[in-house]
Amino acid sequence: MAGLDLWAMAFVFMLATFIGFDVIRNVSRLLHTPLMSLTNAISAIAVVGSLIIAGEEKSTFSTALGTVAVAASVTNIVSGFLITDRMLRMFKRREPGK
Amino acid sequence: MTPEQIYNVTQGSYLAAAALFIFSLRWLSRPETARRGVLAGVLGMVAAIVGTLVHPDIAHYEWIAVGVVVGTVIGVPLSRVALTAVPQRTALSHAFGGLAAGLVGTAKYALWLADGELTAFRMGAIAVEIILGFLTFTGSLMAAGKLQEVIPTRPITYRNQNFINLTLLAIAVGAGLWLVIDPLRWELFPVIVGLSLLFGVLLIIPIGGADMPTVISLLNSYAGLSAVAMGFVLENKVLIIAGALDGSSGFILSVIMCRAMNRSFTNVLFGAFGQVQAAAAAGEQKAVKSATPQDAADLLETASQVVIVPGYGMAVAQAQHRVHELRDQLAKRGIGVKFAIHPVAGRMPGHMNVLLAEAEIPYDELVEMDDINPDFPQTDVVLVVGANDVVNPAARHDKSSPIYGMPILDVDKAKSVIAIKRSMNPGFAGIDNELYTADNTVMVFGDAKAVIGDVVKALTGGSGIH
Repeated sequence: MAGLDLWAMAFVFMLATFIGFDVIRNVSRLLHTPLMSLTNAISAIAVVGSLIIAGEEKSTFSTALGTVAVAASVTNIVSGFLITDRMLRMFKRREPGK
Repeated sequence: MTPEQIYNVTQGSYLAAAALFIFSLRWLSRPETARRGVLAGVLGMVAAIVGTLVHPDIAHYEWIAVGVVVGTVIGVPLSRVALTAVPQRTALSHAFGGLAAGLVGTAKYALWLADGELTAFRMGAIAVEIILGFLTFTGSLMAAGKLQEVIPTRPITYRNQNFINLTLLAIAVGAGLWLVIDPLRWELFPVIVGLSLLFGVLLIIPIGGADMPTVISLLNSYAGLSAVAMGFVLENKVLIIAGALDGSSGFILSVIMCRAMNRSFTNVLFGAFGQVQAAAAAGEQKAVKSATPQDAADLLETASQVVIVPGYGMAVAQAQHRVHELRDQLAKRGIGVKFAIHPVAGRMPGHMNVLLAEAEIPYDELVEMDDINPDFPQTDVVLVVGANDVVNPAARHDKSSPIYGMPILDVDKAKSVIAIKRSMNPGFAGIDNELYTADNTVMVFGDAKAVIGDVVKALTGGSGIH
């Protein structure tokens, strides 16, 4: 059973990497800095693992590590999405007639 | 709800999150739809978090709340840094990503060790997760320190550097393999953690400031891959998908950066740029033609096509808004103005575009290197502001130059060039620039902000120059 899961996960990883290459290649060079801060916020999905460790409170050690991991991930989520939006708001086209 | 229903809710929300993340990146491809991409990313994150919080194992919320509050308190100010400091912020967030992965891996090892549930597969995944996570953590902290210039940006080298570094990594990987065979040898675990932390530091200290755009992209990739490893540890597919998207993005950006500097990955990581230059810098000194802002204004006024080449020096001098005023003055006279953006202008991929967008320069005037290079022979005046190596013609013909082969902006092919520079000191990478001594180049010395301000004043014909 565990072996089956491993292969399922490997397939997911392979397919997601191909999708990633395809989608990222289409991102305009103009937006590479916001791209990096957005992917950063998205990969802070690690918060999912951190939440379980901090919330199940199985041992003091794991709870402490989980809490720090939640803080680190939430930092990335909050600052990543906010700064991406802040930068994107600055990109403007030439106003007509100027 | 029955456990099965809860499982379905969780998996359903993860599925939605994964789809939203892919949409998010797809919408980011163009400025018109990019902000919708941020919204999709936020919704995906909310879906994944809600789907996790219904998990029956989560019995207590107080420490989660502490983590969320601390993260918000750190995160909000981090999102408001000056745009020149965005590379440091990005490096810091790679560090946090690596730290979270390393800590979750460590906690999982301790829990499974106590419960006797460490299979070889779990142990292998944990080993990958903590090595990648902790080396990304310290490596990114070092990169952030170099970008913030609290750590010397010059490469720090010592004898047998690559051999020592790779040996440390090999020992860490070897200890990881040993743990896969015998997971109960827990005393090996802190050894792996310590070596990974140390390796992260040693990996970055020999890399010079000029290579930071590549390094930051590479660390982005590592941070993504450590999230993937966490997904394998926790058997969580949304983690694998989001991590893979981040990992492939970082990888593509590193390849673009390497190509833009004509370097290979191994060369960036093990090459220690900057050593070669001492010899190259001792060439003969040719005279430069110095000009005043008034001369520059006169030259610009006679042009019909002007290209402005901004470099990081422009941002350091905070001259973006003056550049915008200059653009408006020229446009008012019917002079065509474009901005030429080299891929490594700034300190991370795409950095210069953000800096110019902040100064409200329309993004359709920002032209990439490959698109603008054919235009230079028809350009009357090129104004170089704070750029250096990316306009050095030596990259095309001087085989002894450390930047030989690097794709550059061919500004020397324009009819005339005005270069604004603080002094004749060589730039970030410490290489002489023959553009400054070319016949069609004039130099205006001074602070970029003050010089461009004076040029604008001369153009408006107002109070004149003081």
